[in-house]
Amino acid sequence: MSDNTPKRTLPDRLDSPLKAAFYSWPSLLLAVAIAIFIINSFASPYFLSPWALSDATFNFTEKAVIALAMALLIISGEIDISVAGIIAISSTMMGVALQFGADTPTLVAVGMLTGLICGAFNGALVTKLGLPSIVVTIGTMSLFRGISFIILGDQAYKGYPESFAFFGQGYVYWVISFEFVLFLGLALVYYILLHKTNFGRYIYAIGNNPIAAQFSGVRVARVKFVLFCLTGIMAGVAAVLLTSRLGSTRPSIARGWELEVITMVVLGGINILGGSGTIQGTVIAAFIMGLVTFGLGLLNVPGIVMSIIIGALLIGVIALPTLLNMLRDRLKQ
Amino acid sequence: MKNLLKSREFWLATGIIIIIFGVTLRAPGFARFANLADIFNNTSMLIILALGQMVVILTRSIDLSMAANLALSGMIVALINAAYPQFPIPLLMLIASLCGLALGAFNGILVWKLNIPAIVVTLGTLTIFRGTIFLIAGGQWVNASELSDSFIQMTRHNLFGLPLLSWFAILIAIAFFMFMTRTPTGRNLYAIGVNPTASVYAGINVGKAKFISFCISGLMSGFCGFLWVSRYVIGSVEVANGYELTIIAACVIGGISIAGGVGTVVGTILGALFLGIINSALPVINISPFWQMAISGSAIILAVILNARGARTKGRLILKQKNEAET
Repeated sequence: MSDNTPKRTLPDRLDSPLKAAFYSWPSLLLAVAIAIFIINSFASPYFLSPWALSDATFNFTEKAVIALAMALLIISGEIDISVAGIIAISSTMMGVALQFGADTPTLVAVGMLTGLICGAFNGALVTKLGLPSIVVTIGTMSLFRGISFIILGDQAYKGYPESFAFFGQGYVYWVISFEFVLFLGLALVYYILLHKTNFGRYIYAIGNNPIAAQFSGVRVARVKFVLFCLTGIMAGVAAVLLTSRLGSTRPSIARGWELEVITMVVLGGINILGGSGTIQGTVIAAFIMGLVTFGLGLLNVPGIVMSIIIGALLIGVIALPTLLNMLRDRLKQ
Repeated sequence: MKNLLKSREFWLATGIIIIIFGVTLRAPGFARFANLADIFNNTSMLIILALGQMVVILTRSIDLSMAANLALSGMIVALINAAYPQFPIPLLMLIASLCGLALGAFNGILVWKLNIPAIVVTLGTLTIFRGTIFLIAGGQWVNASELSDSFIQMTRHNLFGLPLLSWFAILIAIAFFMFMTRTPTGRNLYAIGVNPTASVYAGINVGKAKFISFCISGLMSGFCGFLWVSRYVIGSVEVANGYELTIIAACVIGGISIAGGVGTVVGTILGALFLGIINSALPVINISPFWQMAISGSAIILAVILNARGARTKGRLILKQKNEAET
């Protein structure tokens, strides 16, 4: 390269949409997902059966449902570590409602309403009192799960009605489970909300620069409050699905899920510092985590070992662009 | 005097004394020295870990992998001890500490050289460390019958009326106090937390300082891994599961600001003691231990609210000066 060419030239036009899509994070993830799928189908003869694949979806749909809302929250520059705590308290409240003889629709309403209240509580603490969400939600995580422990102690609620089991165990058509359909439906809703509405643009604006967004007339506090409420409701929905699938409630339900949900979101290419990321990425990341877990499960690899791979994947995919850049710089020199 | 009334440490200490006093009214034995020493001993590891976490939080990072690091380092020495009971105990302590240091340095390198946010790095390494425990132990536990007697007795050794475990906490606390207040590196860590950009101009290598902070938190985790196995006589994947958030809770209650740059060694110790006292006070006054989680959760939220109120007045002042400078 001759010395008088400038190091960086300004492009006179944007990359073509096709080229941009090809180089985007979701396409990289999709390639990883397809690779995992192919490796899995070679590694185990049982992998490609429709029922096995259907089972695989149960591994991640409940977490993925929360990840959808968490993605929006993280893009806006906040985080919610209390989601697993919200599942515990929502599930417990459903159990309490059951003791009062609630029917299935009431149970679902109680679960989602509890989630909404918890989310609103987080949102109020963060937006009204101006507290950092990461520590506030560590606090509410203990508080919410703590309330479950106070109510339940070492007991468990059982005996949910027959019709309630549909949400976590039912199939809509052949091998397509209700959970899976619900997840895909919600993913579409969140895709439209984030990528096709003004509200979605506000979220990006807030994540990139909350002060500029505020001066541009975006109601920052209200948007954030709504996002906390949405995350709460999604945790409530996950509580309904999980309680229905397990058929019982213990205060230790869904313990440790907060970190898995956040891993899913970050793996999906959402910047943990806020401001960028897509729903497509999050959805594909959910599939990757589900496929890795299930594929290794078929090979009799214990669940905890899979966590090594998930953790390495998380660091790896984020380090990869930086490493490539460093390598490129070194080669240029 | 005015400064004293304003300080977080003063109010936290007062709060702790009031709790001790209140509980003693219900259960006269509570304030006895032997009981208080026992509570301190139970809180020793939380104090050490919270001090390690404090250093990281001061630099605007966070270490979520501390508990997993502890469990992995602990498992390694537990396995060595189970296989070679004659292996000298001080050497085991060294191995656990070095192992923790190496794991912490791994976090630090990723944060320093690759610029990945600390929360993402430690979220990843948290799961990797836990998985590794399972791999190296083959899914087995190391229990009391496999560990040598001298290992188990190590932390229970009585010295001047206190178990050795408590002395470790005291010595480490003093070391941290000297490090944070008397050494340039310690002061740099505060500077970075308050204003990273200004620190760069002042000649501080911000990335390297963050790396050092992760090495410190790793070292403390590794050391506590040794203590944990000796104290609770178990090595397993489940050791200290979820403890990372308790450690952060102790820091926050102790007045460490999650935004970095604010917090003291004394505050952190008091924060850890506050959690320890609550844990041991509840059964004494006949409150079911199941209340413990909700109470510590409320304590965290309350502490954050108090932290924010202190910071807000300061923030306004800075903003005012800045505006004046601009106009």
